[in-house]
Amino acid sequence: MRPGILTVYRWELVKLRFQKRTYLGLGAAALAPTLFAVAVATSNGQPEDVALGRYIHDTGLAIPFVLLLFGSIWMFPLITALVAGDIVAAEDHNGTLKTILTRSVERGQVFAAKVLATATYAIAAIVLTGTVAVVAGSLVSGFDPLPTLSGTTISPGRGLVLLGGSLLVYLMPILAVAAIGLLFSTVFRNSAAAVVGTLMASLLLQLVGILPGLGGLRPYLLSTQFDAWQGLLRQPVDWAPVVRAAWVCALYAVPALGTALLVFLRRDVDGG
Amino acid sequence: MTPVVDAPPIEVRGLVKHYGDIVAVGGVDLTVLPGDVFGYLGPNGAGKTTALRMMLGLIRPTAGSVRLFGRDPQAGVAALQGVAGFVEAPRFYPYLTARRNLELCAALDGDGADARIDEVLDVVELRDRAKVRVGGYSHGMRQRLGIAAALLRRPRLLLLDEPATGLDPAGMRDMRLLVRRLADSGMTVLLSSHLLAEVEELCNRVGIVDHGLMAYEGTLEELRRAAGIGYRLRTTHDDRALAVCRRHPGLADVAVAAAGGIVFRTADEMAVAELSRALTDEGALVLELSPSHATLEDLFFALTEGDKAPGANGAAPRTPRPAAVAERAA
Repeated sequence: MRPGILTVYRWELVKLRFQKRTYLGLGAAALAPTLFAVAVATSNGQPEDVALGRYIHDTGLAIPFVLLLFGSIWMFPLITALVAGDIVAAEDHNGTLKTILTRSVERGQVFAAKVLATATYAIAAIVLTGTVAVVAGSLVSGFDPLPTLSGTTISPGRGLVLLGGSLLVYLMPILAVAAIGLLFSTVFRNSAAAVVGTLMASLLLQLVGILPGLGGLRPYLLSTQFDAWQGLLRQPVDWAPVVRAAWVCALYAVPALGTALLVFLRRDVDGG
Repeated sequence: MTPVVDAPPIEVRGLVKHYGDIVAVGGVDLTVLPGDVFGYLGPNGAGKTTALRMMLGLIRPTAGSVRLFGRDPQAGVAALQGVAGFVEAPRFYPYLTARRNLELCAALDGDGADARIDEVLDVVELRDRAKVRVGGYSHGMRQRLGIAAALLRRPRLLLLDEPATGLDPAGMRDMRLLVRRLADSGMTVLLSSHLLAEVEELCNRVGIVDHGLMAYEGTLEELRRAAGIGYRLRTTHDDRALAVCRRHPGLADVAVAAAGGIVFRTADEMAVAELSRALTDEGALVLELSPSHATLEDLFFALTEGDKAPGANGAAPRTPRPAAVAERAA
């Protein structure tokens, strides 16, 4: 019996498990909230100009939300790009595409497995950051009720549920960045170029968002969608930014993945 | 995709690959028959590896077709059922152990291939090093691991690209023994190589590619027969002997050898017998009259270097230029 996508996916995860860059990315995802919590514990200052920034000494639940805001600038795009930009290019570097493409799996299966493995890694990184931030934040600031962006206060349990929802919403632009990373990884066939290219693309989109005269583009920029989770912290919940994030992210991710798939299916494997 | 009953293991027709203006493969036709150990020969840059990659479906041909047991590898991996091998050096994940690399290959093969891992490790004698990361393997060990990965598929057709390249003499000998053993077990083997002694020892049929075109395809015996048998002659009076040889019927390519003496070719042994009498009659007494069968190396160079005339690289297989073979054989 020929293997299915799940078998290929499982082995993509095995490959990730044995690569240093996976641990570099996941390590950064765990280290950032830890360092942030330490900084909160050792200083009286607070980031006043970001949502929930003024509450980081009142409840540890505010810390993961503040981290989401800071992390969107380059940390999460970089963590995502580390694997997304490498996952196809590393096969070119190692010359192993010819090894796996002469077995009994189709190219489409291999590509789908790589997409799933990249998404799994991105989810793991986000969940890790959220979990470590809640634990470390609660240790330094307590596990107390969380003020919402509408001025009301919610219980810690409800705050945890909203954090879970916020991480899910945050995952949408992260996955779009991953799709761009996969495209670069497939087209460039060079890990460093793909990782740097993905990060540069993410930073350029942020730059476009702050350039004078281009404000009209802001709702359609990928960088803007990193703030969509804030809709969940309003009462009543504002779904508009969440819905917009879903289709805007799809506008970036689907063409990127489609192009990457076409290139992967049609390319000559002439190296290695 | 249904396999064609009784289709040959490999059937290549008019295979062409262009990279922009560069012609990597200019029109290859070859047929590998069941049970063949087929030597695929050519100088470096002749397009052997590119053709092999097209045979395995890794590269899309610009024109022409490949059929493996009647199936098109461009149509999907179903065409690779019963087919295994490697092009250039076999490559593996350096951060995984040899065993885990084989487990990965077996998982992507399906069909219970994982149950054969120990068996193939034994065949290539790597079982005691299976827990070592491939990044720490020598070139020869990777070549053997490449064979092991190929054998996991229980292939009926094995494509090996320069399997002995980079190996030390003992490794080359072991690789030849292994290929011989696999061929003796009934496996059809296509062996791409520039090691002519290896091909001569292992292969029953050869294809010689030159500048991306097939210069010859057939058995080694046919190739030798086409080239004829070369003779070397030394006499007490070579000047007289040369004149006798030139007018003697049945001899061809009569020439003075660079190392002294005379060389000629003939497919008629009686002509040689009569020549010896004619030489004696002319007072040129024979010191040496010996046949020299052309080696594959002679034939190879005669095909790939001996004939550079425009148009000679046409799609039709060439026969070796006898004079070139005679010069080399002598």
